[in-house]
Amino acid sequence: MPDSASLKKTPNLDKWISIASDGRILIHTGKVDIGQRISTALALIAAEELDVDLGRIDIARTETGVDPDEGITSGSNSMEEAGNAVRAATATARRHLLSRAADSLGVDVSTLEISDGLIQSRGTNLSVTYQELAGDQPFGIDVDPEAPVKDPASYSVVGKPTVTRGLTEIVTGQPHFVQDMKMPGMLHARIVRPPHYKARLKALDDNAAKRITDGGCELVRDGSFLAVASADEFAAVKAAERLFESSDWDLGDGLEPQDVYERLVTNDRLSLPVVDGIPQKEVVNPISPPPAEATATLNARYEKPYLMHGSIGPSAAVALAEGNKLTIWSHSQGVYVLRASLSEALGMDIDNLTVIHVPGSGCYGHNGADDAAVDAALIALALPGKPILLKWTREDEHAWEPYASCMAMDLTASIGNNGKVIAWSQDTYSDTYAMRPRPEPGGAGPARLLAMQYREDGVTPLVPKPNMSRHAGLHRNLDPLYSFENKRLVKNLVRDLPLRTSALRTLGAFGNVFAIESFVDELAEEAGVDPVTFRLNHLVDQRAKDVLQAAADKIGWGSEVSEGRGRGIAFAQYKNIQAYAAVAVELEVNDKAEIIMHRVALAGDAGQVVDRAGLIAQYEGGFLQAASWTLYEEVTFDQTGITSRDWETYPILGFDNIPEIETVMIDRPNEPFLGAGEAVSGPTAGAIANAVHMATGLRLRRLPFTPDAIRAAAME
Amino acid sequence: MAKISLKVNGKTQEVECDPATPLIYVLRNQLDLVGAKLGCGLEQCGACAVMVDGEHTLSCVRAASEFEGAEITTVEGLARDGKPSALQQAFIDEGAAQCGYCTAGLVIAATALLEKNPKPAVAEVREALHEHLCRCGSHLRVLKAIDRVVQGGA
Repeated sequence: MPDSASLKKTPNLDKWISIASDGRILIHTGKVDIGQRISTALALIAAEELDVDLGRIDIARTETGVDPDEGITSGSNSMEEAGNAVRAATATARRHLLSRAADSLGVDVSTLEISDGLIQSRGTNLSVTYQELAGDQPFGIDVDPEAPVKDPASYSVVGKPTVTRGLTEIVTGQPHFVQDMKMPGMLHARIVRPPHYKARLKALDDNAAKRITDGGCELVRDGSFLAVASADEFAAVKAAERLFESSDWDLGDGLEPQDVYERLVTNDRLSLPVVDGIPQKEVVNPISPPPAEATATLNARYEKPYLMHGSIGPSAAVALAEGNKLTIWSHSQGVYVLRASLSEALGMDIDNLTVIHVPGSGCYGHNGADDAAVDAALIALALPGKPILLKWTREDEHAWEPYASCMAMDLTASIGNNGKVIAWSQDTYSDTYAMRPRPEPGGAGPARLLAMQYREDGVTPLVPKPNMSRHAGLHRNLDPLYSFENKRLVKNLVRDLPLRTSALRTLGAFGNVFAIESFVDELAEEAGVDPVTFRLNHLVDQRAKDVLQAAADKIGWGSEVSEGRGRGIAFAQYKNIQAYAAVAVELEVNDKAEIIMHRVALAGDAGQVVDRAGLIAQYEGGFLQAASWTLYEEVTFDQTGITSRDWETYPILGFDNIPEIETVMIDRPNEPFLGAGEAVSGPTAGAIANAVHMATGLRLRRLPFTPDAIRAAAME
Repeated sequence: MAKISLKVNGKTQEVECDPATPLIYVLRNQLDLVGAKLGCGLEQCGACAVMVDGEHTLSCVRAASEFEGAEITTVEGLARDGKPSALQQAFIDEGAAQCGYCTAGLVIAATALLEKNPKPAVAEVREALHEHLCRCGSHLRVLKAIDRVVQGGA
């Protein structure tokens, strides 16, 4: 198996799997289920390698100090990291149990067969169960990454239909989310937020504060961090509203109104050339003049606005301070890094902190989860002994979550007389995507946590360093998979942009692939070549070609399009090493200048398929979310602060514009499984842009494609 | 504080609360029915939907006291003999949720629709769900789950 960071950090098999005396098997993982069905996929892998009924497998919720530290559940890495670790762990356990069974039964291991955890010696009545061998006992060995795994040809559960873990509880309304938690003596808390980032609390109205505390509410203040808590949730809601209205806020200069697209290309920035997806600490070369043999040279700028995660359930956390211990229940995607950050921020010994993952609403990256956990921790420390359920409001989530940065992508390319791209240049301009909680040398970690900026001795927000990893941050998928000659790729980390940003599903790949796939269409048109053929002419990897062709075939590429409709296609391989995705869209632009999506074909290749329905759901859901970003979404602000404060001021896709979607998933049973949650997002924007162009002749280069944007383009 | 009497999932219960308390807080905190979710508190997202006298109703703004004397049904009240309703089962079979935060509201909206109109046209189904937001992109699965029941295949 590939080199495993998860197993290097946690080699002990007992940290990954335990068998109870009743035969139930508990799998431990550091990757958390955020609706992407990772627990379903891990259970399938474990059941397969152990040869037990799927119903006997439980997946533990991740708790610091107990479960393996696998970093953050992000980057579509969970299948490659946790999936492979669990496969190696269960394969190791299987081999170990077989060997012990052979000893115990006095037979040769080659005679043994397993059926639902019952090990039998062929042709005899000798048998022993997993729980008889190992029930409630430690294995006492390390995971062997090379332990033999099953041949995919013999699979009985992997790749077969299955029910999503937890879905029955969700559909019948059983407690599932951190928001559903209830503990004796629990208080409900709300934060009283400043009007905007730069506002600070000057003074509380003493009378209003007294009325609130006389009414049985607790009030917690630390500088401009202000919170209320009450046994009665609605009392806390009302108290927070009253306290906000009666408080005196220093508004400073407010947020600076500005054209972010202008600022993206004019502000101070750190510019780094990118080679093979990796930023280089070198000087950026200017764009070369077009090669002499160029028959055409095009350039274009593409732009995307700030986007929000927009979780349907606002972030929440439960915290309890007892003695010198603090326990937090959080829907954070990284309980270990959150714990380390809290330790640093609160000056607490890390061993006195526990963070336990409990599901929240879908987050799609670094939403308010971690900040809510810090908020709850501060309140709990002020009110020791009382469990605190802190919920952000809709407005908190909309106005205070860290957004995906606005971006600008400047592209220039030349075509040679062979119809191929002979020079390609892209500059991507963006703020950071890397503001997740993370301890930093020099104690800079707390500057990543929202509440820490508003406490009495508030820290200033962190000035981010460029992410230098391969296909990370804003340069994710900046390097196209196509065999373009003379590539010049530049990452520009732009300073002093107005809004708080961090990781949203795909990071920079959404903007980069939108730009690349739109521009490739423009080049194909210039070259007079069909867009599918043009892409195939520049792809080397057969798996990439197969995926593109599958989407084209499914949508009926080349066949006549109904009157008034347009078709578009786009492709990418996530980070150029993970799942492949092609998106083909058929849509119309109606007389109200609205884009109505009719038919969609998705094609994917995520290597070996483990949970087919889960995989398809990731492609479909990824498409619909990215279509929402593309058609509707833009975070707005003015001097008074963020003006996207609810679902009316930040509309998203609804049931009125859901197309028919067909998904072709190419199974590669003998290839490693690849993370797939972010594969389709970038191609989605490209495919829609290209379809709008075919339908209307308009080339839209700034997201979102609202009716206003379409009318403005038509006027040009 | 006032005493109000609510009939939820067939059972009448008395609770003491500020009569202005939105229904959702009473359901979740006092009656331990956490199926309905607080999503926006603004009647914009549908996560808090319940049925009131068979009508799809959002519970995050309107006061609990307004619902005295009405028949309230939450997603917990749809199961029969401990088994999910046909629609709930269709949601499970179609995998019609990812994170699941919006799901209870959608199940309620669809149940309310099908009780009135067991054979709705596709456009009517979409219309019945138009107040509901889903961020994971499970819309198509939800439509398929409802269709499964409409077609009688559940």
